Amino acid sequence: MPDYNFAYLDEQTKRMIRRAILKGVAIPGYQVPFASREMPMPYGWGTGGVQVSAACLVPEDRLKVIDQGADDTTNAVSIRKFFEKTAGIDTTEHTGEATVIQTRHRIPEEPLTDDQILVYQVPIPEPLRFLEPRETETRKMHALEEYGLMHVKLYEDIARHGHIATSYAYPVKVEGRYVMDPSPIPKFDNPKLESAAIQLFGAGREQRIYAIPPYTRVVSLDFEDHPFVATKADHACDLCGAEHSYLDEVIIDDAGGRMFVCSDTDFCASRQAQGHRGRLSPGEDAA
Amino acid sequence: MYVAVKGGEKAIDNAHEWLAEERRGDPSVAELSVAQIREQLSLAVNRVMAEGSLYDPDLAALAIKQARGDLIEAIFLIRAYRTTLPRIGHAEPVDTGAMACDRRISATFKDAPGGQVLGPTFDYTHRLLDFALAAEGLEPHAEEGLPAEGKMPRITEFLNKEGLIQEEPRSDQAPPDMTRQPMEYPAGRPLRLQALTRGDEGFVLSMAYSTQRGYAKNHPFVGELRIGTVPVEMEIPELGFAIEIGEVVLTECETVNQFTGSRTEPAQFTRGYGLVFGQTERKAISMALVDRALRWEELGEDDLGAPAQDEEFVLSHADNIQATGFLEHIKLPHYVDFQSELELVRKIRAEAMDAAMKEAAE
Repeated sequence: MPDYNFAYLDEQTKRMIRRAILKGVAIPGYQVPFASREMPMPYGWGTGGVQVSAACLVPEDRLKVIDQGADDTTNAVSIRKFFEKTAGIDTTEHTGEATVIQTRHRIPEEPLTDDQILVYQVPIPEPLRFLEPRETETRKMHALEEYGLMHVKLYEDIARHGHIATSYAYPVKVEGRYVMDPSPIPKFDNPKLESAAIQLFGAGREQRIYAIPPYTRVVSLDFEDHPFVATKADHACDLCGAEHSYLDEVIIDDAGGRMFVCSDTDFCASRQAQGHRGRLSPGEDAA
Repeated sequence: MYVAVKGGEKAIDNAHEWLAEERRGDPSVAELSVAQIREQLSLAVNRVMAEGSLYDPDLAALAIKQARGDLIEAIFLIRAYRTTLPRIGHAEPVDTGAMACDRRISATFKDAPGGQVLGPTFDYTHRLLDFALAAEGLEPHAEEGLPAEGKMPRITEFLNKEGLIQEEPRSDQAPPDMTRQPMEYPAGRPLRLQALTRGDEGFVLSMAYSTQRGYAKNHPFVGELRIGTVPVEMEIPELGFAIEIGEVVLTECETVNQFTGSRTEPAQFTRGYGLVFGQTERKAISMALVDRALRWEELGEDDLGAPAQDEEFVLSHADNIQATGFLEHIKLPHYVDFQSELELVRKIRAEAMDAAMKEAAE
């Protein structure tokens, strides 16, 4: 696509984004304002992640794009195609082969390595937003490390429901300083935020970039008597038998019959290729 | 037997092909040309240029054609194109006082130098469907007059001469560019005006309307509304002076608002300002009202807690491309998060039912 620069954005814009990324890496969990550009896909559909990926990609990279853990969800397909067209880079569906992974709502099951970059699409970067709608106020609260409101909210959940009623976008504290929204990943994925890979978060509409450098301490907020628990459906994958992967619940008939399958499609397919089988694997009947 | 869902890529391709077919409509009906849209749907073209922040009637008309007439979609196409264009430099400020006006009215004076010029307005049409228009081939013809002699000075300047209206501070400072810097609050008036002029017409209209109805009361007079053509000049470094690089049609509105004053300061009228690409007067008037409402602090008024007084609220929700993108993103799959909510609700319900059973047993 010779009408556009490599990976769509012009080099000046990439430089501006890289500066924001560097600042984000230097201050883990801090939301760096950046002059987000209008992208050829809608706000709320990954424009922040796409800009961060575009600023990180080099021609030798191999890109993987997932949405809900799957490589073939429509928006993942669309973003992957966008970079195939504008950057001409190789793409892959295998977590281990990718150098840059752009994700929406999941962290891959396979542990990442220190030569990988994980880019998150972020809708609302501000973890305090639903407690305080004003940016002017929430910035002050972060500056003063004033996170009491968040703990009160979590406490009220326990008082009302017996549990912290947040199951995704579960807030974390990064390196003992900033409270951060890990993007809407299920809280099952929170322990994976402590990773060997560099993790970059892009929020296009809200014009914010933030980062978790490799091996950074990331603690999910909780109370001593109500410790954080990463939860998932209490089943094994019906296709690959995995016991410890995050599962999607799929309705399979009119009678409300269900099956549970890995949301990470590459993880599930790799396990099946290795011969793992689940309760409803095709071919089980014939065996 | 369920196997993981595949086929997103093929589905997207097919959807796009179907979309293209729907855009064309019935092939037995002649296809619209971009020139037809530009000439005959010119107010739609104007809105797309204004909110797309790009003055190019042909591209705006193309965007409307491609978007099947969905103007927000067309604005989005223009914005996405605009952002890829290099910034060559800044034009000189346009002189709207020297505008070649097609329309120029003032509600504050019966007549004024330069006169009241209605121009091509819907204002006094009766909104009766014109069934004759359904037949094609009509060539309407308006009687032509000579261009108005003499200047059309700004109405507010007459008030200013007497010191009756608050004076705007002059500044040669280059204004910030909201497309090149992240928005920070408080934004200040230049950024506010930038955001309002490209803001959604419906949103800005509703905000303006809310102030008229009393949420931070602001019921101004239209001091002047003018629509016309101004030359755009730009200083070329190699030449060392400014040359004309083109012309744009603009709509400018200055409102005259209730006076402020105190014991020490004599009473004075205040102003709101709207300036929008193209013939877009609903938008320009709305913009002037909202601009005025947002100036409460600077003009020593009270914060009444009205939405239109709240800069962060107005500016962060005025952009229809941001709004529509975020709104519509909830169509994307969210099943991973929904799954974790399902687990949580099931767990909380199970515990509550257990507790109720125990209580009943006791």
